[in-house]
Amino acid sequence: MNLIVAIKLVPDLVEELKINEEGNFLDLESLRLRVNEFDEHALEQAILLKERGAGRVIVIALDGEGVEDALFTAAAKGADQVIKLTGNTMPLVSNHTLARWLAPVIKSLQPSLVLTGVQAHNDLDGPLGPLLAEYLDLPYVGYVAKATMKDGEVEIRKEYPGGLAAEMEIDLPAVLGIQAAEQPPRYIAFSRIRQAMKTVQLEERQIPDPFIEEPIAIARLFQPEIGERAEIISGDVDEIAARLVDIFTDLDLL
Amino acid sequence: MAVNPVTQRPTFNEIFYTSLQKLPDGERVRACLQCGTCSGVCPFGYLMDYPPSKMIAALRAGMFDRVMKTDKVWMCVSCYACTNSCPAQIPLTAGLMTRTKEELLLAGNVPVELQDALENTQRYGNPMGESPRKRAAWARGIEPSVKIMSQINRPIDVLWFVGDYASFHPRVQLSSRALARIFNLLGVDFGILGHEENSDGDSQRLAGERGLFELLVDKNSKAFQKYQFNQIVTADPHAFNALKNEYPKLGVNYPVQHYTQYLSAKLDLLRPLLRHEIKARITYHDPCYLGRANGIYQPPRQLLQAIPGVELVEMPHSAVNSLCCGGGGGGMWLEGYQWEQAHARLSEWRVREAVAIGADILAVACTYEIPRFEDAVKMVQKASRLVIRDISELLLESIGE
Repeated sequence: MNLIVAIKLVPDLVEELKINEEGNFLDLESLRLRVNEFDEHALEQAILLKERGAGRVIVIALDGEGVEDALFTAAAKGADQVIKLTGNTMPLVSNHTLARWLAPVIKSLQPSLVLTGVQAHNDLDGPLGPLLAEYLDLPYVGYVAKATMKDGEVEIRKEYPGGLAAEMEIDLPAVLGIQAAEQPPRYIAFSRIRQAMKTVQLEERQIPDPFIEEPIAIARLFQPEIGERAEIISGDVDEIAARLVDIFTDLDLL
Repeated sequence: MAVNPVTQRPTFNEIFYTSLQKLPDGERVRACLQCGTCSGVCPFGYLMDYPPSKMIAALRAGMFDRVMKTDKVWMCVSCYACTNSCPAQIPLTAGLMTRTKEELLLAGNVPVELQDALENTQRYGNPMGESPRKRAAWARGIEPSVKIMSQINRPIDVLWFVGDYASFHPRVQLSSRALARIFNLLGVDFGILGHEENSDGDSQRLAGERGLFELLVDKNSKAFQKYQFNQIVTADPHAFNALKNEYPKLGVNYPVQHYTQYLSAKLDLLRPLLRHEIKARITYHDPCYLGRANGIYQPPRQLLQAIPGVELVEMPHSAVNSLCCGGGGGGMWLEGYQWEQAHARLSEWRVREAVAIGADILAVACTYEIPRFEDAVKMVQKASRLVIRDISELLLESIGE
């Protein structure tokens, strides 16, 4: 059984996001990328399933700055096969495009279960999971916080808003959007990652059709704009207090 | 009839015991007489299932797997109290405790809090997960400006290795700013690495992350090689310890001083500047990695005594018997875990000592300690009057800048 984990790189919010001169995308020069945190949970859940005897874990990611480190880290954590999709020239692609690129590769790997993060902070066109499921023609369940493999099925726990949860069984193969793994993603000693860099074969696959036209175009990207309704009250404490009393009186609140 | 020799794969216990004996002075572990001094002097020994002496007993009995099943080794704050008191001079901190943490880490038996710090260090080069590009932000606005090596094209006298907390922690930044101004007043020709500086990695190493430490040594070494300087000065005793004792083992060799050493050697120049009295009873906390690990006790005290008006008083635990603040060996990133296990903070014990001797100011010389003790002051009764200051801040106050 093959457990496929699709991970993607997203802008790292530890750096301030800047907008490019054209005003339609992030400034790539100042951008730092990291693996989407939900995808790290998807990987952890897949490795937990593997440790309980569910099969092989295959991790797949689109080429980009730092992607090899991410794949070697995944291998050190226990992934059996790591694949880099090459041939992309765009810095960050939409999930529609990513799903169309990933689907044929995932299909060729004969997946029993596809796991990916339920969302990413840069999902402009919806999360990746449902799109993957559509192109793979498989069922999808998102907001999954626990998964157990049963005969030909996966038993999952899905979280709903308001503290509700559901347990359900899904026929395999299926796609899961992972909200949280059963335990926090494990730490892997750096020496193990270094070892993986030396010993693990990183597989490269060419994107089948790299020139897909992006389905959405960003017309304008901008920082939150300052409104004009706020009044900044200045002065010493007494002046500020007097002004506040005036304002509240005017509003009939006092 | 020839009998085939029976061969057995060595057990984990045997492999570990052998590896321990191969470390510098490691063979001394065989000389352990089970006196238990190490376990008694360990600040958290009372709650470890296997304090150091029992760990050695377990090793000898072939039962080290039992030690590996507990996680209490993470209570070790690498303070060198055990090492320092061992009559057989066994390298307990550098050898036994650190090697055990390395094995626990490889086995994945790591408290989650510590994972975050280590992951951040891997990703950003600092344990707090701050943007590495902002590493020099603390120095903004200081005049004359703090030089960043990549922006000046000339050799420099002193390369200041600022360190993680001194660069990023908002409270510790104030002590960095104080030290920069003292350097400026003394006319020190100094520069910093800015974004090219990475965590020194010493506490990560002592928390068992040897591989990460080697990665950081490699990164810092590459930055050092780019520039010409005569010596390194740092305010962080952990960075000092790493640069002085650990980097050379990996071939990275530069003369390094803690800032208290550097300034006490310049006391002739500094003393005339110390014009304003600080009328206070001041006690000094010896940081483990300046004191016990490196034997530096006098320079910080000389600086404090040079300040007019200061009455220097000692706590019951001082110099070689100093109490750890709880931040070493990964303790800085195990606050919740330690509390869960012990319901006690070493920093609070220390603050109680300072209060008990009637100190007005607890002076420190370690970049971990200002926030640790300021937090402790909020928790300890009758401690609200105790002021925590880095020695650099007290010097600057006396200068009157």
